Amino acid sequence: MADRFPIEAGHILLFARSVGDANPIYYDEEYAKTTEPGQIIAPPTFVQASAQFTEDYGLRPKIDQWWFGSGKEPRGSGAPKPPEQESGGGSGGGGLHAEQHYEYHRPLTPGMVLHWEREPGETWEREGRRAGKLIFSESITKYYDQDDNLVITARSVGVRTERPATQG
Amino acid sequence: MALKASDLSVGQVHEEQVCYDLSRTQIVQYAGSSGDYNPLHTDEIFAKAAGYPGAFAHGMLTMGLTGKMLTNWVGDGRLTKFGVRFVSQVFPGDTLTSKATVKEIREEDGQKLVDLEVETVKEDGTAVATGHATARVD
Repeated sequence: MADRFPIEAGHILLFARSVGDANPIYYDEEYAKTTEPGQIIAPPTFVQASAQFTEDYGLRPKIDQWWFGSGKEPRGSGAPKPPEQESGGGSGGGGLHAEQHYEYHRPLTPGMVLHWEREPGETWEREGRRAGKLIFSESITKYYDQDDNLVITARSVGVRTERPATQG
Repeated sequence: MALKASDLSVGQVHEEQVCYDLSRTQIVQYAGSSGDYNPLHTDEIFAKAAGYPGAFAHGMLTMGLTGKMLTNWVGDGRLTKFGVRFVSQVFPGDTLTSKATVKEIREEDGQKLVDLEVETVKEDGTAVATGHATARVD
């Protein structure tokens, strides 16, 4: 089944809290009616939470699958996986987010159900000051509502590093 | 409240402290709301084993905090573009201030727009995110 992201008011409230945003347009329906959008809307970076609804998203633990992180011991980032779990279970933490860009075409509101098309963009390399060779790769995601109206275009740049990108 | 083009001038700056003494709890909150459970952000033991000084915040948490400054200033549903580069890591204990500087006030297809340069810095002035935004203004 294709991934789909149902936009829910409760999720918007939790997301707004997590970025410390007390703006009542993110949770108070009565207040929202008095604003220009006229209803509850999502904060500008909310669409990133589509990760919750992406079946193969690598940074969410899956039930009964190996996961990187720590239990009794730290695991992942080079530690061997149990042989029965060769595939899946997270990407090892070597990739970081380098850039994120959004274009907003219409307000994102509760009740919408988003689907999306993702296409790879460019890939390029650069020598980093501390982390060795940096490999950047871009992806472009177009998010549409249930009526196929374009809602948000997102351009994301990820970077993989030779060494941990610690700051000096 | 939306901004009026006639009240804006190039070089004008708006800034807001968007977090104070960032807590590990807030980072955990963001992991839960966004769905990015990478243990580098929440698991000190794992982050150290992976070669980092400790767990550090999601870039997207910094962008979300930065977005709060923007929407508080330009108004709800007014952004047409918003993008940042993550230039330095944010750790628990950091206090962040986000700043928008007016670069251009223009009109496109009869709609007045303001282009902003955006920067979020730590208390020592280190930039953590830099980018741009565009908003509709009256």
